[in-house]
Amino acid sequence: MIIVTVGMQLGFDRLIAAVDALAPGLGMPVIAQTGKGSYRPQHMEARASIAPAEFEALVGEARLIVAHAGIGTVLTAARCRKPIVLVPRRAELGEHRNDHQLATVRKLAGRPGILVAEQEGLLAGRIAEGLALEDWSAASSPTAQRLHGALAAFIENRPL
Amino acid sequence: MENDRIRVLAAASGGGHWEQLMLLRPTLAQYDVRFATTDPAVALQHDIAEVESLPDCNQNMPVASARCALAALRLVLKHRPQVVISTGAAPGFFCILAGRLIGARTLWIDSVANGEELSMCGKLSKRFAHECWTQWENLAADGNPRYFGAVL
Repeated sequence: MIIVTVGMQLGFDRLIAAVDALAPGLGMPVIAQTGKGSYRPQHMEARASIAPAEFEALVGEARLIVAHAGIGTVLTAARCRKPIVLVPRRAELGEHRNDHQLATVRKLAGRPGILVAEQEGLLAGRIAEGLALEDWSAASSPTAQRLHGALAAFIENRPL
Repeated sequence: MENDRIRVLAAASGGGHWEQLMLLRPTLAQYDVRFATTDPAVALQHDIAEVESLPDCNQNMPVASARCALAALRLVLKHRPQVVISTGAAPGFFCILAGRLIGARTLWIDSVANGEELSMCGKLSKRFAHECWTQWENLAADGNPRYFGAVL
């Protein structure tokens, strides 16, 4: 199963429509949390909102998350060790106040388990890559290893 | 001192701040760690039974902030941590302030969500915590905050 989420605050019809178009070819069910969007998906189960406990359970079952570039969703994916494909909201398309999601994906691209589709045209390829990922976790990221090491040093009062 | 005898208080508000604390949990678990959060129900989902609860607050809520500061003080007096760390937000900052009052070493790790600018509490922590770390290298240009990687 693949879960799609765009957060609760804003719709993101461009992403929902793009995944809906790909859904018949993905070979597994797709569940979408669509927020305040107006596009009605034809090929996947869609709900405006999903309660936190159920969302957590769905993420647990999912093989892949496709999402807007909200850091909360990225963190959930990391904790649950699920690969995530990020599509940034664009200010020029009225999808957010500014392009901070674009800045976020450019900084996060390449970290373990995080795949970026800056345009929806890249989505099919990134989803395929994400589904092919095996055995990784956020803890294997070099930046995460560094933070864990520094935290241990601080707690043990060793030189940083 | 043996690692598992170092008393650590690790505090974070519910949501993204807590997610980041949980990503640090494998390291924190080596110590005598106690978690505190504004959303204990979520902590139970992570199988943390003995979580301490903190009232939520932010800089626009003076009464709630005072209540939270008192709760933080009670917490550090109860557990006497040698180290206090927080990944945000205001309730975690109050734990750091309370920790200073009892002589704990304190560390603020600013949220990975703050890639353009340090949070308000992060800026305060540059002065009030022993260490203030950002998770974005571009924000560590002048050495305070410092950068030692990120949870992702």
